Amino acid sequence: MTRILDVSGLHTYYGRIQALKGVDVVVDKGEIVTLIGANGAGKSTLLMTICGKPRATAGKIIYDGQDITHMETFQIVRQGIAQSPEGRRIFSRMTVLENLQMGATTGNPADFDGDLERVYTLFPRLKQRQTQRSGTMSGGEQQMLAIGRALMSRPRLLLLDEPSLGLAPLVVKQIFEVIKEINEQQGVTVFLVEQNAYHALKLAHRGYVMKTGSITMSGTGKELLASSEVRSAYLEGGH
Amino acid sequence: MAGFKTAALPREGLSGAFLSALATAVVVLVLTIPTVGLKTDESGGSLIVTRHFDTVAWLVGLAFVGRLVMSLFMARRAVKPGEQKKAGPSAMDRFAAAVARNGTKIGAVGLVIAVLLPFVTSNYLIDFGTNVLIYVMLGWGLNIVVGLAGLLDLGYVAFYAVGAYTVALLATNVGLGFWACLPLAGLFAAAFGVVLGFPVLRLRGDYLAIVTLGFGEIIRLVLLNWQNVTNGPNGIGGIPRPTLFGLPFAAHSATGPTFAEFFGLEFSPSQRFIFLYFVILALALLTNFFTIRMRRLPVGRAWEALREDEIACRAIGINATNIKLSAFAIGAMFAGFAGSFFATRLGFISPESFTFTESATILAIVVLGGMGSQLGVVLAAIMLVSLNEAGRWFSFLGDIALYRPLIYGGAMVVIMLVRPRGLLAHRQPSILLHGSDGPKESLVPNDGLAASTGELP
Ligand SMILES: Nc1ncnc2c1ncn2[C@@H]1O[C@H](COP(=O)(O)OP(=O)(O)OP(=O)(O)O)[C@@H](O)[C@H]1O
Ligand SMILES: [Mg+2]
Repeated sequence: MTRILDVSGLHTYYGRIQALKGVDVVVDKGEIVTLIGANGAGKSTLLMTICGKPRATAGKIIYDGQDITHMETFQIVRQGIAQSPEGRRIFSRMTVLENLQMGATTGNPADFDGDLERVYTLFPRLKQRQTQRSGTMSGGEQQMLAIGRALMSRPRLLLLDEPSLGLAPLVVKQIFEVIKEINEQQGVTVFLVEQNAYHALKLAHRGYVMKTGSITMSGTGKELLASSEVRSAYLEGGH
Repeated sequence: MAGFKTAALPREGLSGAFLSALATAVVVLVLTIPTVGLKTDESGGSLIVTRHFDTVAWLVGLAFVGRLVMSLFMARRAVKPGEQKKAGPSAMDRFAAAVARNGTKIGAVGLVIAVLLPFVTSNYLIDFGTNVLIYVMLGWGLNIVVGLAGLLDLGYVAFYAVGAYTVALLATNVGLGFWACLPLAGLFAAAFGVVLGFPVLRLRGDYLAIVTLGFGEIIRLVLLNWQNVTNGPNGIGGIPRPTLFGLPFAAHSATGPTFAEFFGLEFSPSQRFIFLYFVILALALLTNFFTIRMRRLPVGRAWEALREDEIACRAIGINATNIKLSAFAIGAMFAGFAGSFFATRLGFISPESFTFTESATILAIVVLGGMGSQLGVVLAAIMLVSLNEAGRWFSFLGDIALYRPLIYGGAMVVIMLVRPRGLLAHRQPSILLHGSDGPKESLVPNDGLAASTGELP
């Protein structure tokens, strides 16, 4: 297996608050890796730091053999990393199609039609709604759009920050199925941050647990699901 | 504004209407005692205060009756709060949507009228049209920065000034003509746009507004105080008028044939008015076509995306720095063009023409027109320039020019109450699908409606 992402000893500060305290995470090509952790643990911060904003104060981020720690965000994205950030952040006054076009900013225009078709195959709902102003869509549809937009740049590594946030169980299931499909059929490596620990760990090949800025546990999805610590902290009370 | 507030929730019948009318009357009384009731006149070196309380009484009475009639009228067609939403888009919303749908047709008709105007009207109207077109051009230019890229710029007039002074200095010191100066003025203003852009790259919203405001003032103060170069408050005169391929618009010329002589016409000053009118019309149209073109290009859509969400912009690989700088630079360039026209039209400029009020007027045109709406800018520019001229038109009513700021402010308040997102706020998708001539009405709710459901721009 080849390593696509290698994060080592990462420190990130917001002013004087230290959000990441030496994080080590690796992701291999073709994997789905899940990161779970309590609110405020630093999960979003890790994804954002990988994309260069905020900047890491110490540590290294190697993507595909290349040190991207000090690159500008737009350059990092052009290396083949796409992020669907926390809170979706779609361009709400633009139509669905325009959002997808924006996602293709870094791509080759010749690929556009094919990529659009692929996204529409994953999310037929988006095709029906392509002329709708995206801000007026339902939360689930907006999440589909956020993932679709990220896919439009043909990423090799897809970073997803809480794609199931605020969605009905049925839609959550649908989203996770699509993530699996993206990974298996399109060969995209996925690094997934989730609160929905049960679903996420079942889906993932491997997982990490983060607590107040540090990784406290790692293992295969099955191992973590079976661990009593994970069960008591993140899975109690059903799923 | 107590009256307007209560209008939204009609209270029980007559007593409610009476109370709100009373409240309105009190507000009008408080406002008009200092603004209308007391007038200072200069007499022999001292100020005498004259009282006009009869006018105040009239205005208060008018406000009371007007408010009463208004609430009684509203009460009759009042809708229960729950039903209001279902009533669908208001007439104005539908009008704005219709205008947006037929934008090209309306634009074409407007263009024909604009081209024919100078041949059928008086010098005064041509001059009026030229004024309107200057503001239209400035509005379109600022629309790139504020309407498309969402960067609130309160110092836009600075670039207008840079353009004007570039022409004035190059013409009087180097001896260049207007047409040679024009591109240089645009270039120079664009460079200033980048100079402003760099320090404010990380700022947004209120903070950006404050810094741009300061920038505008800095430019004006430099022009005012750099005596050796700008001649300070006395300004620069003797700026040459534009020529038509070297043919000047004058009665005689020492260097060759004039426009009138060349075409064998009788010389008349209105030829120059008409020519200037067409120059600014062409410049304004250039701005418009450029903006429309840009909106369809990746950079234009990146501007819009930047306005929506900067973090998302970076996350999809847009170089936000370059996109912001390009918005500032291009917006500034058009202000520079407009400024160079301003200088050559008057032949004289001074820092007085580039005050904050001017920035505020241009911004008002963009906001009143409906951010991002090209036709809205035209409508708003015509309205504001008309307001400026209203003092002259209604001079038979007395010295109403004195009340211009009051009328101006009042008109803006009313427009913002009736159309909170601007006169013609309605965003058209910049890309459409092959073969369809437009998205279905039901699928693209217009911005006016979105505003009423609580979404902010
Ligand atoms: N822009 C910021 N400025 C200051 N502090 C921040 C900022 N963003 C995050 N933090 C802090 O950094 C810590 C980690 O936040 P982060 O958003 O990474 O948590 P998270 O694990 O994603 O939580 P959640 O599951 O709630 O999304 C928190 O203590 C948070 O308050
Ligand atoms: Mg988070």
